[in-house]
Amino acid sequence: MIKLKKTDFDRILAHAQKEAPIEACGLIAGHKDGDDKYIDKVYILTNTDHAEEHFTLDPREQLAAVKDMRANGLEQLGNWHSHPVSPSRPSDEDKRLAFDSTASYMILSLMDETPVLNSFRIKGDTAEKEELIIE
Amino acid sequence: MRLTVAGKTKDLEDGITVAKLIELENVETPEYVTVTVNDEFVESGDFGNTVLKDGDTVEFLYFMGGGSIAQHTDRD
Repeated sequence: MIKLKKTDFDRILAHAQKEAPIEACGLIAGHKDGDDKYIDKVYILTNTDHAEEHFTLDPREQLAAVKDMRANGLEQLGNWHSHPVSPSRPSDEDKRLAFDSTASYMILSLMDETPVLNSFRIKGDTAEKEELIIE
Repeated sequence: MRLTVAGKTKDLEDGITVAKLIELENVETPEYVTVTVNDEFVESGDFGNTVLKDGDTVEFLYFMGGGSIAQHTDRD
């Protein structure tokens, strides 16, 4: 299970909608309790690809985020990005570039009127959807 | 010499390079890792000739990217 605050979901959604059709992206950090993850902070980062079908986190902003997590006692839990015109599930490219099988990869789809956010764990070619609670 | 690596203090042999530190730290997929030394980014081609000094702070940043390219077109 991974839990996201509604206010953080709203921040991600607002940013992704503003950036569309460019993909938006960022990091998630928080704490773990057994297998459960609790997102305490969402980081909105720049997509240095500025592309509609690809994203790369800005490494300078990534460095700043990592330092902030450490200073606040947070653990990096994974990342998030948007799919402006495609479903909320990992593409082949997402799987190819997912190097941490313990991380959560959150994907926000804006393709339909109602946005869809899912969280996945990815190992090789296999993506497993996690239970996501937004409240 | 004493280094701070990913926020942790470590005592390591003098004169090691970034490439050697990557090896010692068992960094996975090093080809997708960006390294900073004292907040300065080190080009991957310079890992082998960047010698670390006592007191340096090193961070490993794992590449994070992806995207909807090659996305299947069928819906969930």
